[in-house]
Amino acid sequence: MEVEGLTKSYAGVPALRDGRFRLESGSVHALCGGNGAGKSTFLSIIMGIQPRDGGTIRLEGREVRFTSPAEALAAGISIIEQELSPVPAMTVAENIYLGREPVGRFGRVDFRRMNVAAKELLDGLGFDLSPTDVMMDLPVAKVQLVEIAKAISYNARVIIMDEPTSALGEAEADQLFAAVATMKAAGKAVVYVSHRLTEIFEVADSYTVLRDGNFIEAGRLADIDKTRLVELIVGRPLTEEFVKTNRPGDAVLLSVCDIDADNGVRDISFDLHRGEILGLYGLMGSGRTEILERLFGLSKTRAGRISLDDRPFDARSPRQAIAAGLALVTEDRKGSGLVMTLDVRANVCLARLRDLGLAATVMNPAREGAAARRMIDLFDIRAATDRLGVTHLSGGNQQKVVLGKWFLTEPRILLLDEPTRGVDVGAKREIYRIMSDFAADGGGVILVSSEIDEVLGMADRTLVMRDGRIAGLVEGDAMTAPALLTLAA
Amino acid sequence: MSTDPATADPQPSPGAAHRATAPRGGGVVGFLQTYGIVLALALVCLALTFLNEYFLTTRNLVNVLRQTSINGILAIGLTFVILARGIDLSVGSVVALAGVVAASFATTASGSAVAGGPFPVALAFAAGILVGGLAGAVSGVVVARFNVPAFVATLGMLSAARGLTLLYVDGRPIPSLTPEFRSIGTDDILGVPMPVVIFAIVFLGAWFVLAQTRFGRHVYAAGGNPHAAVVSGVNVVRIRLMVFVISGALAGLAGMILAARTGSALPQAGVAYELDAIAAVVIGGTSLAGGVGRVTGTLVGALLIGVVNNGLDLMGVESYYQLVIKGSLIVAAVMLDQTRNRRD
Repeated sequence: MEVEGLTKSYAGVPALRDGRFRLESGSVHALCGGNGAGKSTFLSIIMGIQPRDGGTIRLEGREVRFTSPAEALAAGISIIEQELSPVPAMTVAENIYLGREPVGRFGRVDFRRMNVAAKELLDGLGFDLSPTDVMMDLPVAKVQLVEIAKAISYNARVIIMDEPTSALGEAEADQLFAAVATMKAAGKAVVYVSHRLTEIFEVADSYTVLRDGNFIEAGRLADIDKTRLVELIVGRPLTEEFVKTNRPGDAVLLSVCDIDADNGVRDISFDLHRGEILGLYGLMGSGRTEILERLFGLSKTRAGRISLDDRPFDARSPRQAIAAGLALVTEDRKGSGLVMTLDVRANVCLARLRDLGLAATVMNPAREGAAARRMIDLFDIRAATDRLGVTHLSGGNQQKVVLGKWFLTEPRILLLDEPTRGVDVGAKREIYRIMSDFAADGGGVILVSSEIDEVLGMADRTLVMRDGRIAGLVEGDAMTAPALLTLAA
Repeated sequence: MSTDPATADPQPSPGAAHRATAPRGGGVVGFLQTYGIVLALALVCLALTFLNEYFLTTRNLVNVLRQTSINGILAIGLTFVILARGIDLSVGSVVALAGVVAASFATTASGSAVAGGPFPVALAFAAGILVGGLAGAVSGVVVARFNVPAFVATLGMLSAARGLTLLYVDGRPIPSLTPEFRSIGTDDILGVPMPVVIFAIVFLGAWFVLAQTRFGRHVYAAGGNPHAAVVSGVNVVRIRLMVFVISGALAGLAGMILAARTGSALPQAGVAYELDAIAAVVIGGTSLAGGVGRVTGTLVGALLIGVVNNGLDLMGVESYYQLVIKGSLIVAAVMLDQTRNRRD
């Protein structure tokens, strides 16, 4: 497949100026770029989701112009989208063969044949899934694997993967990488989009970098290193990926003693010091998120003791938690972080409306606007105005809106659940800087992350979770990737 | 990092303060999709002006407004509920229930009155609002506290409130309402009928609450994304309860105006009123998915329905046809709204 000079503008604003791309069969090609670089626009044009303004796409030498994803699929191009779209009440096999179920007599779906085919497919890929499992009973990571299996089952020649690992734990990601290798060996071409650069070097052969809608560079990954790739993506040399200037103090800010949380999380005890970033590492479903929810007043369980500044504290609701100075950046930005129907201002002000009014109940739009614009400046949010709907922002900027919302409440403790998921390298670094500055000013941070590098790079100490219990606490020189992985698995 | 929003220097807001969504795309298409309903209303009015010489008379226009008031008040209450991701099917029955309860305090007829009546008219009004609010509170508790879908909870209330109405008056109307009570239906202020004045006050109040108060912000957030609202410290349970109380209280108010206009409270009053009210909200561009919409849209939606009803009456179109035309209008409006959403 070959793409040249692709252009696309939205309402006069160019999103893609010169999309270029060369894909060979039997190879894995990484499409790299920050948020807003034009990757999504590029992919949606190839898939026929959006019309192009100019440029050509050739598939095996012939020019193609798809007007719908179905046409692209018929031509042998399938995509695994970043946003999952399973039918929750159906089984794994029913989801994979949705719309092309094997049909028997009288139009009856031949479930037996479908399940056998699904089993063969899943086993062939090395995915640990049963065709008859119901989707809603599966954890997110497994749902993602089903989506991947579905895209592969079309027998497409070109498979596009948009952030396939964003919801996967280490174990599932390894299964995916093995499957990608199998596809490559079978002569398929894979387009791999990911913000995780380590991963790109692991699975891909060649790369294309886009920045601000422009083609920057393409080549073989064997010829460059990670630092150079980051430079190409960001457009300026980065000295180091992580920013860390905080130094944990002696005073205990938050003390947690034998608390339980939802989903069988038991006997959790730890201290968070002033100025400290405490890592919370573990596999998907190990209970990390539940601990944050417990602290923030979102749990049904209330066993155990918590104290804040040596005074007993136990939030019954997020409102009490916020009043006590806690802030929770949730893992699911669209699900529980932002109100997607509202604009930047309304989202930034949402947790602090009480103090932005003329009176107890009457709001003051001028103060709301000023507060929102202050956060836009502070976090360098790329939004033309504070009245812009948050749907129009890229992932990284959306995440900064969530951070802006919480910083407006002047928190003392930040609970961050996967704060850099789906965020580009440049925005990631800014989020690290924000985190570090916050701790350096005497705040406390609990950082939940699936990215081991992130935990190692940012945390002062790390709690490792396994099956709802604390498996260990590591710090200093003992805090290494093998140590964390061993404790977690 | 300590930054106090209270001490931040206030700057004039660039956008309209009550705008809840992002500005739409520019150009003719964007304009049509944002102001399509206003344009439709203007076009219908223009067409009717040419088709019927009686349409553009002060008397007829006042009449349209008066006929729109009751549906308009109900639709404003429903706007709150729908913005918060709910629906209230019970408003028609609550109209009747509040009407008969209020009337029972304000009738000179013996037998159907509460013993000792007629009471001061303020007591009757208070009773009507209270009964409406209470019916709303019951639906609200069932929805917000017990997580019953609003459709089901208010479908139950639709039936139960009608039954209570019939039980309360033993199936008979309450006649002979006092002139003080009737004043909210029949009086006028400087030529403007009282129902229209009340509608205007309700509209301004609703606009203020939704656009200018913390409660309004919370309604939009709770409807747009309840999870995010909870995490941000919004008491979503309370918001969901309150919108039903507002809808119920306004249905109570509408029920009293209706009884005052007719001169007696009928237990069969208000049947199917919820349909026109929901239609006005939806035509006005409020999303049934919650979180998006404005009360000004609802006002225009209610006026459009009122003008269309009036125009069809003036032209002598049979009422059976009117139902078909109204139904098509509602669906067409939502189709327009869907194309707008797809663009976003």
